[in-house]
Formats: sequence, structure tokens, C-alpha cells
Amino acid sequence: MLDDNTRQRIQDEIDSTDVVLFMKGTPVFPQCGFSAAVVGVLSHVGVKFKSINVLEDPAVREGIKEFSNWPTIPQLYVKNEFVGGCDIIREMYETGELLEMLNTKGIDVQIGEEA
Amino acid sequence: MAMEAGEIERLIKETFPDAEVTIEDLRGDGDHYACHVLSSAFEGKTRIQQHQMVYAALQGRMGTELHALALQTGTPS
Repeated sequence: MLDDNTRQRIQDEIDSTDVVLFMKGTPVFPQCGFSAAVVGVLSHVGVKFKSINVLEDPAVREGIKEFSNWPTIPQLYVKNEFVGGCDIIREMYETGELLEMLNTKGIDVQIGEEA
Repeated sequence: MAMEAGEIERLIKETFPDAEVTIEDLRGDGDHYACHVLSSAFEGKTRIQQHQMVYAALQGRMGTELHALALQTGTPS
């Protein structure tokens, strides 16, 4: 169930930071392979992101699924837009779409477009 | 909790009768699958929409019984 308070907290997070990753665990200590994979891609691309550990907050853990109509975690938001979960991020990275999207949205990345 | 590969395929084909479904049991433990779905129903949809359509076909099992399902979708070439 997604209550108004939780919805507002999620909304505030994605409003206040350009790149937000809802994940299980932390970037240093991910507690799920899918979360680890997305952290790996974001780190490789060299984009700064804020991570939110849903394991520390049961309301967000369940609420985020309803918020985005997406049944799994991790979930990546860029400039207020839900980009996808692990499979989509991985696929977008492999096809170059991820860098293109980040560039289009004006997000700083640390590696060139040839990557 | 786990789910049979055949059951995943059945649910997907029930919603997308034309779908070409490939399921790989990644670890042989009946709990970690990679699933590739090609269907004309995905034409004109974004990736997120395509995945959401498959999740809908799985009737709420994604994220519960199915934690480890790597999904790829596309249209038949």
C-alpha cells in the first residue's frame, strides 16, 4: 500500500536529485545481484547518483512498486522519470542508449560516448 | 519460492498468443530464469511498457514468486 506520506517522500527524493536509484543494500554493499548490476553500470558510466536502500524502509520498499507500477527493485529515476529496472538499464547500456539518454538530459558522465 | 519454466511460458502465451518465448534456467535451480519474449503486441511500445505487459501477464508473480527473472522483450524481425 502506498500512503500519501510515502508517495510524497518518494516524490521529494526524485524531485531533489537528478539520478536516484532505489536499491537493496548500498552501492558499497549491495544485497541483491540485480541492484549490484545497476550500481556497476552507473559506476562504469561515471554518473553521480543518490541511492536509497529500500531494505531500511519497508514503506518505501513496497510503495515504490506502486508508485512506478513496477514490481521489482532496483528502480532508476533520471530527472524525475522512471527509466527502468536492471534488465532495461543493462540493455540500454549495451546499446548505448543509456549514455545517449543521460547526455540528452544533461547529466554529467565521466567517460566518453565511445564507451 | 520458485516457478516452473513451463508455467511462465504458459502465462505469457495466454496473453500473447503469437509470442516466441525462450526461457533459460540460469542456475538449474528453478529459481533464476532469463526470459526472452518476442511478440507483435510490443510494436510501438517503450521497453518499460513492454516489460509491464509481460509482468501483467504473469499476474502478480513477478516480484513475489519470481524474484530472479531477467527479461528481454522485442518484436519479431
